[in-house]
Amino acid sequence: MPLIKDRREVDDIWAYVPDEAALSPGGCITVSLARLRSETEMLLARNTEIGVRLEPADDPHELEEFLDRLALIEIDFPKYTDGRGYSQAQLLRRRLGYEGELRAVGHVLRDQILYMNRSGFDAFETERAELPSVLDALEEYSAVYQPAADERVPVFRRRHGKD
Amino acid sequence: MYRYDEFDTRIVKERVEQFRGQVARRLSGELKEDEFKPLRLQNGVYLQLHAYMLRIAIPYGQLSPRQMRALAEIARKYDRGYGHFTTRQNIQFNWVALKDIPDVLADLAEVEMHAIQTSGNCIRNVTSDHYAGATKDEVMDPRPWCEIIRQWSTFHPEFAFLPRKFKIAVTAAEHDRAAIKVHDIGLNMRRKDGEVGFEVHVGGGQGRTPHIAAKVSDFVPEGELLDYLEAIMRVYNRFGRRDNKYKARIKILVSETGEEEFRKLVEDEFAAQRDAEKIALPPEEIERIHAYFEPPELAAKPASSDSFEKAKTADAAFARWTRVNLHPHKVEGYTTVTVSLKPMGVAAGDATDDQMDVMADLAEAYGHDDIRVSHAQNVVLPHVALDDVYELYRKLDAAGLATPNEGLISDMIVCPGLDYCNLANARSIPVGMAIQEAFSDPDDQADIGKFHINISGCINACGHHHVGHVGILGVDRKGEEYYQITLGGRADEKAAIGQMAGPGLKADDVPVALKRLVDRYRELRTSKEETFIETFEREGMQPFKDAIYADA
Repeated sequence: MPLIKDRREVDDIWAYVPDEAALSPGGCITVSLARLRSETEMLLARNTEIGVRLEPADDPHELEEFLDRLALIEIDFPKYTDGRGYSQAQLLRRRLGYEGELRAVGHVLRDQILYMNRSGFDAFETERAELPSVLDALEEYSAVYQPAADERVPVFRRRHGKD
Repeated sequence: MYRYDEFDTRIVKERVEQFRGQVARRLSGELKEDEFKPLRLQNGVYLQLHAYMLRIAIPYGQLSPRQMRALAEIARKYDRGYGHFTTRQNIQFNWVALKDIPDVLADLAEVEMHAIQTSGNCIRNVTSDHYAGATKDEVMDPRPWCEIIRQWSTFHPEFAFLPRKFKIAVTAAEHDRAAIKVHDIGLNMRRKDGEVGFEVHVGGGQGRTPHIAAKVSDFVPEGELLDYLEAIMRVYNRFGRRDNKYKARIKILVSETGEEEFRKLVEDEFAAQRDAEKIALPPEEIERIHAYFEPPELAAKPASSDSFEKAKTADAAFARWTRVNLHPHKVEGYTTVTVSLKPMGVAAGDATDDQMDVMADLAEAYGHDDIRVSHAQNVVLPHVALDDVYELYRKLDAAGLATPNEGLISDMIVCPGLDYCNLANARSIPVGMAIQEAFSDPDDQADIGKFHINISGCINACGHHHVGHVGILGVDRKGEEYYQITLGGRADEKAAIGQMAGPGLKADDVPVALKRLVDRYRELRTSKEETFIETFEREGMQPFKDAIYADA
């Protein structure tokens, strides 16, 4: 599946291992929050990097103790109309200070990517949007009204010369 | 009123181009209909029974004459010569073609208007007191904070895909004309020890399961308001139900979680915000926005106007209209005028293109360029000199806009119903018209006094039937329309949900049943000053129920 990260198309070295599948000995993998919690020792002892995939009902606070060991957090959007992932992303970035890759997976559409990016996502796994279209989507607005997890400065600061 | 600066202008124009692109991608097939649907909804575009409907935002109900003329032009150019003012203080056009909508939005952008977030599961147009800035009974003008909330909620990246739609209302008056207790969030402005803040109510709503909001905070200082709203929104976005759209509003989260526990969730989320997460609106931005809402410069005038008094003596119809459609202004010698959009035989809230032009002209000539839309689907000119009222009245009257019924029994809230809406189970407009017919005598209406009838054509309650003194709900029973009557609802500071009186009535039986109900009220009231709702609250359901079903 095409992966867009930091506004470029990149190869995906990661694989998600469903709970019912055995873990491969090598390679970068993501697992569910439940598996991360139940097989913590074994997972953290691996020589490869480790990541986690959050489902909409998962509480990102449960990742707090693992954050400096995680190289990737995927947030799943089973349906793009389920907006819980935006709050999970904001909590991870702004409340918990996570700085690694934050990837949107699942039903990820072009017209949601700006909101996702503003909420803290830097990577998007999407089969429904080509890179040029995604880049356009990220630039559709030259100003924003509220601070979020991105670098954009809200207009209430720009109006008063505060960048 | 607020005027766009370069940033607001850019954002709204960029929105037009974005939607133009979305429509093009839909027409090319790149976007599937189910993927396009939430995008068009967040731009106010609904697929209705006969055509697309476009809902345009009128933030907190305020319009300039120029904007009103632009709406008239849209009615002429893209619709069938009229528009429909809604209970959300917005306007809807029922006959716009999808291909034209990007052009309509471009026209709107020219007059600082848009259709952003007028539908969809996001934060909707913020509503307020239609007398804001003019009425005696407010502690301050709520509009600057409405505008601040409008900007904060516009394209908020975290809250665009909520479990369900989300409505915020703000009032600053003792008498609540914004129905804050039946909103997802209702804010009541307060002053405490010299500080401005907000009493916060959460989880009110109508629809299938009506709820009166729970008070979540007595006082949130103005500097913390947006952070507090973010805490509420995040709790809702994370924990609101998404398994059943009929249980997805925040009212269900509040009632299933319990008020205490819900309050704790909000307080905990609010307390956990780090400094870097705080919105920290600069004081100069708060001042900048307030500066747009300075009161108009009203020349000093005596408290009473000779010409006004003389005209009342000479013209009985005018005198009647002044008794009903004027509201006291905070400045001596001025008044606030309600332009009724509820004449006999016209769907509630409808205005023609010509009428919109007339209202724009009159607001310029006599109303300091200020126009409001009320949630009762009328138009308000908030600042009119008593000296000018008679001239204004004559021009309104010539345009069919001087119906003397503000707040009276024929001033009903009526949803579009089965005549337009594909959710409806029954027609609303004809029932409303039949009731108007039954109470057409203006003397009779004046004698009955304040009386709110609200009519919805289905359980979604767009006609606010739960909070009508008399609520009428259309239902379908084996292909036949029936109307259930509720009594005792109100949307003001004493908000209450109406109680069902009994089995549904056929459409033809509704007006006669209401006649008997009104006669019973006249027998029971202690004086003409006691309104129907007061008599109902004193006497209870039984005598009125007996009256409604007297022939059953």
